[in-house]
Amino acid sequence: MRSFAYDRPATMDRAVALLSGGQAMPLAGGMTLLPTMKLRLSAPEALVDLSSVPELKGISSDGKTLTIGAMTRHIDVARAPEVTKAIPGLARLAGRIGDPQVRNRGTLGGSLANNDPAADYPAAALGLGATLITSKREIAADDFFRGMFETALEPGELLTAVRFPIPRAAGYAKFPHPASRFALVGVFVARFADGVRVAVTGAGPGVFRCPPLEARLAEDFVPEAVAGYAADPKTLNSDIHAEAAFRAHLIGVMARRAVAAALQPTAA
Amino acid sequence: MKISFKLNGKPVEVDIEPSLLLSELLRDKLDLTGTHVGCDTSQCGACVIHLDDESVKSCTILAVSVDGRSVTTVEGLASGEGVDGLHPMQRAFHENHGLQCGFCTPGMLMSAIDFAKRHPKPTEQEVRQWLEGNICRCTGYQNIVRSVLAGAAAMHAAS
Repeated sequence: MRSFAYDRPATMDRAVALLSGGQAMPLAGGMTLLPTMKLRLSAPEALVDLSSVPELKGISSDGKTLTIGAMTRHIDVARAPEVTKAIPGLARLAGRIGDPQVRNRGTLGGSLANNDPAADYPAAALGLGATLITSKREIAADDFFRGMFETALEPGELLTAVRFPIPRAAGYAKFPHPASRFALVGVFVARFADGVRVAVTGAGPGVFRCPPLEARLAEDFVPEAVAGYAADPKTLNSDIHAEAAFRAHLIGVMARRAVAAALQPTAA
Repeated sequence: MKISFKLNGKPVEVDIEPSLLLSELLRDKLDLTGTHVGCDTSQCGACVIHLDDESVKSCTILAVSVDGRSVTTVEGLASGEGVDGLHPMQRAFHENHGLQCGFCTPGMLMSAIDFAKRHPKPTEQEVRQWLEGNICRCTGYQNIVRSVLAGAAAMHAAS
């Protein structure tokens, strides 16, 4: 990879200051950034390694919401009692990202800021209607994801934490690509007192909500409510791994499994 | 950039470029070639090492990020004590013929030891699920899974 300047600040203030010019790139777990740099798809002039900023890590709950620091790793989200108790579907999603070694390095904030169109976490953030907290403001998940690898983050703006509303039930199911473990299609469902949210990843150019499924599941939150639903393949991805029609079919299958998982939070 | 860290129990100090990967530091600068690089895209798991006792892929970590931390490679496993001096997981791979060409073996061992520490009573399904980040190009998975189960049992019997 090309050479770059490297800094590992010990405080949030210093990290934000180093990033403020918009030239330096934040380094979280590096599970995407480092491979893209090795392939020379990305060549930042400077990296700001966030691994020593204590304020960016940790999990807390106030009973209504769960707040997770951006540098919290997948493995820590997967096994934290606060998460397995409040939103078990989120813990299970984190426990199935990539492989164990990726989960030992990869972070919540890194995944969301990267917004890979086949990543798992964007489905959870959008499906739960999370609030993304940055060094400058708070952004609703509905406004954060802007299509393939694009987010509402501005240059120099750092994602610091994510606040997830605690739902009555939530579940996630994905059809993993057999080599990369990215979702060919992944569906996150969350049931709240005032309705149901459904977010789909892997199928299109970016994570998106699925209003027809939300309406069906708001009426009756059971796997059978998905029966007969046919997603429109026109806006979905078609590639060597799966044609759009297959992805459209998988949305229904994964939605059904996600609802079943949400109704059985203790099942593996 | 100067960094210092613990490598297989011993303190090490090196002066390196920030763009150097941990796998490159280990193999090219420190001559620890037991850590293999297969795909170099964090898929195959041949380069797995332990960073503070957790398994990670050394081809996808900047060497400068291990400053102040503890790294264990496959060279650090064998204690030299006991019948053959091997780590129980190494012995299990030997006894169960858990390798064919051997290229993936260092990563398999490091991954398997992290697994065994987290799973006191592992099932075959748990082993297979855990090893999704380690690819054996000889497809010798049957004996690898058998080795990991035997190695985990030996590790817990010894502790």
